[in-house]
Amino acid sequence: MSISIEQVSKRFGDFVAVDNVNLAIKTGELTALLGPSGSGKTTLLRIIAGLEQADSGRIHFNNQDITGQHVSERGVGFVFQHYALFKHMTVFENVAYGLTVKPKKLRPNKAEIAKKVHNLLQLVQLDWTADRYPAQLSGGQRQRIALARALAVEPKVLLLDEPFGALDAKVRAELRRWLRRLHDEIHVTSVFVTHDQEEALEVADRIVVMNKGAIEQDGTPEQVYDHPANPFVYEFLGNVNLFHARVKQGQSTIGNVKLASPEHSNGDEQAGFAYVRPHEIDVFKAPLSDSLKVTLDLVTIVGPVARLEVLSDTDQQLIHIELPKEQFKQLQLAQGDIAWIQPRYSKVFLGEGI
Amino acid sequence: MTFYRSNNSKRVLPGFGISLGSSLFFISLVILLPITGLVVQTAELSWAQYWAIISDPRVVASYKVTASAAAVASMFNLFFGLLMAWILTRYRFPGRVLLDGLMDLPFALPTAVAGLTLAAVFSTQGWFGQYLALWDIKVSYAWLGIVVAMTFTSVPFVVRTVQPVLEEFGPEYEEASATLGASPLQTFFKVILPEIKPALFTGTALAFTRSLGEFGAVIFIAGNLPWQTEVTSLMIFVRLQEFDYAAAAAIASVVLLVSLVLLFVINGMQQRYQHITGGPK
Repeated sequence: MSISIEQVSKRFGDFVAVDNVNLAIKTGELTALLGPSGSGKTTLLRIIAGLEQADSGRIHFNNQDITGQHVSERGVGFVFQHYALFKHMTVFENVAYGLTVKPKKLRPNKAEIAKKVHNLLQLVQLDWTADRYPAQLSGGQRQRIALARALAVEPKVLLLDEPFGALDAKVRAELRRWLRRLHDEIHVTSVFVTHDQEEALEVADRIVVMNKGAIEQDGTPEQVYDHPANPFVYEFLGNVNLFHARVKQGQSTIGNVKLASPEHSNGDEQAGFAYVRPHEIDVFKAPLSDSLKVTLDLVTIVGPVARLEVLSDTDQQLIHIELPKEQFKQLQLAQGDIAWIQPRYSKVFLGEGI
Repeated sequence: MTFYRSNNSKRVLPGFGISLGSSLFFISLVILLPITGLVVQTAELSWAQYWAIISDPRVVASYKVTASAAAVASMFNLFFGLLMAWILTRYRFPGRVLLDGLMDLPFALPTAVAGLTLAAVFSTQGWFGQYLALWDIKVSYAWLGIVVAMTFTSVPFVVRTVQPVLEEFGPEYEEASATLGASPLQTFFKVILPEIKPALFTGTALAFTRSLGEFGAVIFIAGNLPWQTEVTSLMIFVRLQEFDYAAAAAIASVVLLVSLVLLFVINGMQQRYQHITGGPK
């Protein structure tokens, strides 16, 4: 089932939550709506589900206009951040709920319901919990049950609102991979909302980056990460260092370091901002011709990674660097030492930055 | 449950011994001792005398009046209280805070004042009574009056027990139910009602228990006609005025026993439910 969103807007009082958004989602795709809190991603998801009504614009499922359709008739599966499992029902009853509330004519008989529920519980690998109550399960298990419950009604579209947001880091990482595999198995068109860029990069076929109610960029994880459309996307997808740069004839200059930036190839010199990720910087103990002189201010070793904070010699700018611990050990640098750094790669945006 | 403090945990309040001791002392002083007094006074009677007093036809008639009026009053409050709790938790409107505060008025208002006011309003010349009289409905000085007084004094019980549960019960459960294809009625009966049922039941039972013993508000509006509109607490009062303490205590023991049984049933049901849902979160 494809979803198409046309010029959808939604305000809450003076606050514009969703601002004239257009988006088309292909059948079978797993799409992430990624953005900071208040970016309108959850509101957009709720509008797709019918839990919220758009002020203007249309929503189509498979070219059929469903803008005015009630949430209970849209055939969407919705998974909530805090599971929203019915506490007074067993796991079995929770998963069966969507089937038991069907009108008599469409309702499968008891044996069919039982068979279907057990199949779904097997799919989420929790068949043994059928007779338990949600309070007896862990957070990760509850969210898998919530997913099984949403899938029981064979939704045309599966919508997940920060599905792993309430779980601890280890369970979250496990569930993300599990969701990815599950989607490869069942191929239902899915949209999930997250503010965690790592989660979006790992799980999604496609990432839609949102900010202030509008879409900033829309593409595959590689496209969005490697070719961010604008400074916002670049900053949102991981840590970043920002340098003032001069751009001329396909080359940008940061201090005395020259870097190729072929996308800005016209002749006049312009001011710009160069974004460099912390792991895209090399560190040297001796000066090179194309390098910035810095002072090592702070070192923290986080597992296999050494995170350095250095101050540039010219304007005392704080620069973050990440490199493998082994490599850092070989440099034999200590706090307060002088070093030289060289960005391997940078992304330059013209103008005064953000 | 353990009865003793674990050795290596420090508590905020000092001294398990002192805190439990003083609590037990005051419970004994204000609850257990008076009850013992009641039992001692009843014990002056032989079983035959006791039975004769509590099964006196006029007293039995008062049980029926009290229990039936209390049942109707608490049933009314079940629906009204649920409605009020729903409105107060699910909607935001001007005057909500005022309405919320008004819910406690029956607790704060002296019951005699409530009884007097209700009797005046519902008398055949009163604001409501004159119109009800057109349909030949008599409230003041009739059984219905008792129901009205009991309803008024026990309004807060259902509202105040259901309200916090509804507040905790976020809208996502209703939304989850709707996305799964349920109609609003199905959502109410299958998702919301089971969730608030224990609180609703507790509130109604508390309202019923309270109504069984209501005296101040009721006697002003009931008319107190023997056999017809005498409540049990009035019977106790009447026996006291006759200086028949033993008989008063005997009738009181019946009310006490019913209330205690109801309270234990309520507690038992709540614990059973908490076992399922993992308690309030």
